[in-house]
Amino acid sequence: MKNQDLYIYILGIADNSLILGQRLGELCGHGPSLETDIALTNIALDLFGQTRSYYRYAASLAGEGKTEDDVAMLRIERDYRNVLLVEQPNTHFGHVIARQYLFDVFHFQLMTALVDSNDETLAAVAAKGIKEVGYHKRFSGDWLKRLGDGTGESHEKMQEAIDHFWPYIAELFDTTESDERMIESGVGVDVATFRESYYSEVTDQLKEATLTVPENPYSKKGGKQGVHSEHMGYILTELQYMQRTYPNLTW
Amino acid sequence: MSEKEVKNLEVIFEARIERDDKIEPKDWMPEKYRKTHIRQISQHAHSEIVGMLPEGNWITRAPSLRRKAALLAKVQDEGGHGLYLYAAAETLGISREEMYEQLHTGKAKYSSIFNYPAITWADIGAIGWLVDGAAIINQVALCSTSFGPYARAMVRICKEESFHQRQGYEIMLTLCRGTEEQKAMAQDALNRWWWPSLMMFGPRDEDSPHTAQSMKWKLKRKTNDELRQQFIDQTVPQADLLGISVPDPELKFNSETGHYDFGEIDWDEFWQVVKGHGPCNKERMEARVGAWEGGAWVRDAAMAYAEKQEKRKVAKAS
Repeated sequence: MKNQDLYIYILGIADNSLILGQRLGELCGHGPSLETDIALTNIALDLFGQTRSYYRYAASLAGEGKTEDDVAMLRIERDYRNVLLVEQPNTHFGHVIARQYLFDVFHFQLMTALVDSNDETLAAVAAKGIKEVGYHKRFSGDWLKRLGDGTGESHEKMQEAIDHFWPYIAELFDTTESDERMIESGVGVDVATFRESYYSEVTDQLKEATLTVPENPYSKKGGKQGVHSEHMGYILTELQYMQRTYPNLTW
Repeated sequence: MSEKEVKNLEVIFEARIERDDKIEPKDWMPEKYRKTHIRQISQHAHSEIVGMLPEGNWITRAPSLRRKAALLAKVQDEGGHGLYLYAAAETLGISREEMYEQLHTGKAKYSSIFNYPAITWADIGAIGWLVDGAAIINQVALCSTSFGPYARAMVRICKEESFHQRQGYEIMLTLCRGTEEQKAMAQDALNRWWWPSLMMFGPRDEDSPHTAQSMKWKLKRKTNDELRQQFIDQTVPQADLLGISVPDPELKFNSETGHYDFGEIDWDEFWQVVKGHGPCNKERMEARVGAWEGGAWVRDAAMAYAEKQEKRKVAKAS
């Protein structure tokens, strides 16, 4: 493929939305209230909407008549580029919110920067998605405060969730070799440049939520290189079920 | 209020219904009217949120991104319908918590159709086509029902439901134009969903205890059997167009009546599912109760947080 780097770069963004969307999709009908159920479904819907634009673009680069669904659903696990954070399970609502918030702050920064990409398609998708992602961040940030500063039980659960996910943040700011080439060409975004503002925004929000900022110096990463957690295979089993069972059909 | 005064109010009330006036939450209404409406509207709301479950199961497995997004949007609409219906019922003096309690303890019913399993992708098509199709027939009649908040909720819900129905039919059409395997999947779904869909209209008129009163209050405009016939007459040609067959050997167009004659519904199965012994009654209730109980700490936290915010606001102001 001529644009191999760009193709992989798009997957690096799109796969995060796809896999997080799958996780949120599992929750549909099981939320703690009808309002949160609807809101989380809505976020999943936004994320899938964004992935379709990215995968269509990726499919056009891949050529050979590939479709958005081929790109989204017919890769082996090692070729998915999402960070480990988004594939972690919906252990409880506190985990759902922590995972979402920690991703949303990053996602919003990424979209904000991507608007200036010299790749017109990516810039346009980002411009369209930015408002949605801003809403996601407000939703998850508000819930972070409600749970952190709610009851003793919710505070404890929220703190445990933040502690649990903290080591997964570092990977958001890693750049792969192909990312670096994309940054150099003005297509990609240098995520390292907003690492500091990310931590400062998250720290402020955690404090406002009366939560303790973890001091865990360790990190968990690998997704960007296609080395995923044990959860990933199960997510793909569901995602790919129909496409793998009935190859080459139209639905 | 004396008995005579109540009697007078009842006469005025009946006259308003007769004139097709809308009854609003603050208007006087007979206690039985209020109770019947709470029962029916909450049952309808419960059906929406229990109905999210069988389809929700397919979100992670939908065969394409386009179908996945459409299914999510549909299930989200159902949650929205649940919201306005609960709100409409709340205007009659019952809280959402009380209604949930009734659902979870089995005191309140929901549409039995959602106690059947959605086991293939074609079931998602069949649910949209048949189940939403049957729901629309029931609901269109309700857009002109006498209780204002319910009638208004129904107008909005019907618009979305008819979109869902077309979407379901389109899934079926895609399958029927596909490979033999896809067509067989569509036929299998029709076989399993046809009879339960007919059961959605409720027992035969002679076995339906609430019909007479509900017709009088315009909470029902047509009887169960009339609506069922309308559904069959409308749906059989759609199945023909798909090229799949309705699983009823006695189904036949009667040129004298202008309607389809059809075979006998298995009423034992109907009552078995209504009484809680269908294929998924237990799973559906476990899912609802699990979500509610598992989410209690979240709702408590939201409440505690709101109270703290309120206190902070007051402290700041004083």
